[in-house]
Amino acid sequence: MTAASKLIFDQQHLEITIRRLCYQLIENHDDFSNSVLIGIQPRGIYLSRRIQAYLKDLQPSADIKSGELDISFFRDDFRRRELIVPSATRINFVIENKKVILVDDVLYTGRTIRAAMDALLAFGRPQKVELLVLADRKFSRHLPIEPDYIGISIDTISSEKVKVHWRETEGEDGVWLTQQDKNNE
Amino acid sequence: MSDLLSVKHLLGIKGLTARDVNLIFQTADNFKDVINRPIKKVPSLRDITVVNLFFENSTRTRLSFELAEKRLSADILNFTASSSSVSKGETLIDTVNNILAMKVDMVVMRHPKPGAAVFLSRHIDASIINAGDGTHEHPTQALLDAYSIREKLGKVEGVKVAIVGDILHSRVALSNILCLQLLGAEVMVCGPATLIPKYMRDLGVRVEHNLRKALEWCDVANMLRIQLERQDIRYFPSLREYSMLYGLNKQILESLNKEIVVMHPGPINRGVEITSDVADSSSSIILDQVSNGVAVRMAVLYLLAQNRGF
Repeated sequence: MTAASKLIFDQQHLEITIRRLCYQLIENHDDFSNSVLIGIQPRGIYLSRRIQAYLKDLQPSADIKSGELDISFFRDDFRRRELIVPSATRINFVIENKKVILVDDVLYTGRTIRAAMDALLAFGRPQKVELLVLADRKFSRHLPIEPDYIGISIDTISSEKVKVHWRETEGEDGVWLTQQDKNNE
Repeated sequence: MSDLLSVKHLLGIKGLTARDVNLIFQTADNFKDVINRPIKKVPSLRDITVVNLFFENSTRTRLSFELAEKRLSADILNFTASSSSVSKGETLIDTVNNILAMKVDMVVMRHPKPGAAVFLSRHIDASIINAGDGTHEHPTQALLDAYSIREKLGKVEGVKVAIVGDILHSRVALSNILCLQLLGAEVMVCGPATLIPKYMRDLGVRVEHNLRKALEWCDVANMLRIQLERQDIRYFPSLREYSMLYGLNKQILESLNKEIVVMHPGPINRGVEITSDVADSSSSIILDQVSNGVAVRMAVLYLLAQNRGF
């Protein structure tokens, strides 16, 4: 059986954190006239949709664009692990010369973000790319990638797994830390 | 591990499951999106070398495979039998083994002999994709035809498809029948009795010899070419007569009480199995088939490469 799971962020905490991240975004991007959000498939999109909705609440007059990016074809572990069925990419605007904020739920090795940057460049040349993550697993990077906006920093060991639950998929918001059982992968 | 193809090679539609076909379609949707981007290329197959072995003439299939391979960043070798040592008497296995000795991962092969791809898959280690073996199968064509029907009509299940023309010599017909049946479509073949093999009814396919009746029954008409190059005897009196009885033209299409989708795998013999005004009309999805061909072949290459492991 899977071993103990620990709730490290409940629904209320998560909401406060996302709102804080939104204020930080507004500090840097003002009314988003030259900035766009891009959520990374499959699980970063729930965060970017949530952020987009909050930003609209805070700035009703602003036009906040949000896209969804699938990175499957740009991964560096193709053929080295099991197949990931690609998800849809939806970017219905031009990113050329825009400030792009990549949004993902958990930052671990940094390989996903590396692939996302490659995938993003297939759509044009952004003026700047920033990274927003809800949970940053510190000291676990394989690549020199650091986020610009962090929801929560977590110290973890490699046998642990950080999973963000969303009400859209799991029915309830929250960040969970799970100890993976070695006998039962 | 649930999301892999169940096969290591794509030798025919026979051997694929409905899940495999749906996985290919789902992946092709994503590649269709990729090839409509400003930069139409992804790096997935950058460490894979593919050889295109064409022992028989081809325009669409070869270009389509080549483009699919390039869009996936694979390295490509092109081989055509006419300009090779095959004409000096080298056997198929020797030719292929020599190419594989140069460290090739995947082989796309078209060959005039039925079963050539299966034969090859038993003797070599690379992943084989059958791009047409004689009058046997042409799986990627069937996949892209079904994919195009799915795109145009929203589904394949329950759709009535009539395949019209030279069924006897057509590898497209057999692969199409198997693929459409796998996805739950109803299939009818239509043509002169001499060009319809006897085993058709055993496949659970309707047989019709009257074009009008077939068109009145179907939602989709897939028009096939008369393969004169494979016909060793005369199967019908003249092309003119064939065209009068089995050619699809504007009059017959307009006299139907419904819209049907017209398909053709190419190459078209205009004025024989289909007239120009029909081939270029709005009910024809012939060029969509060609566009979809690249996306479907990218999906097949991608998924088979995944099965090779590293």
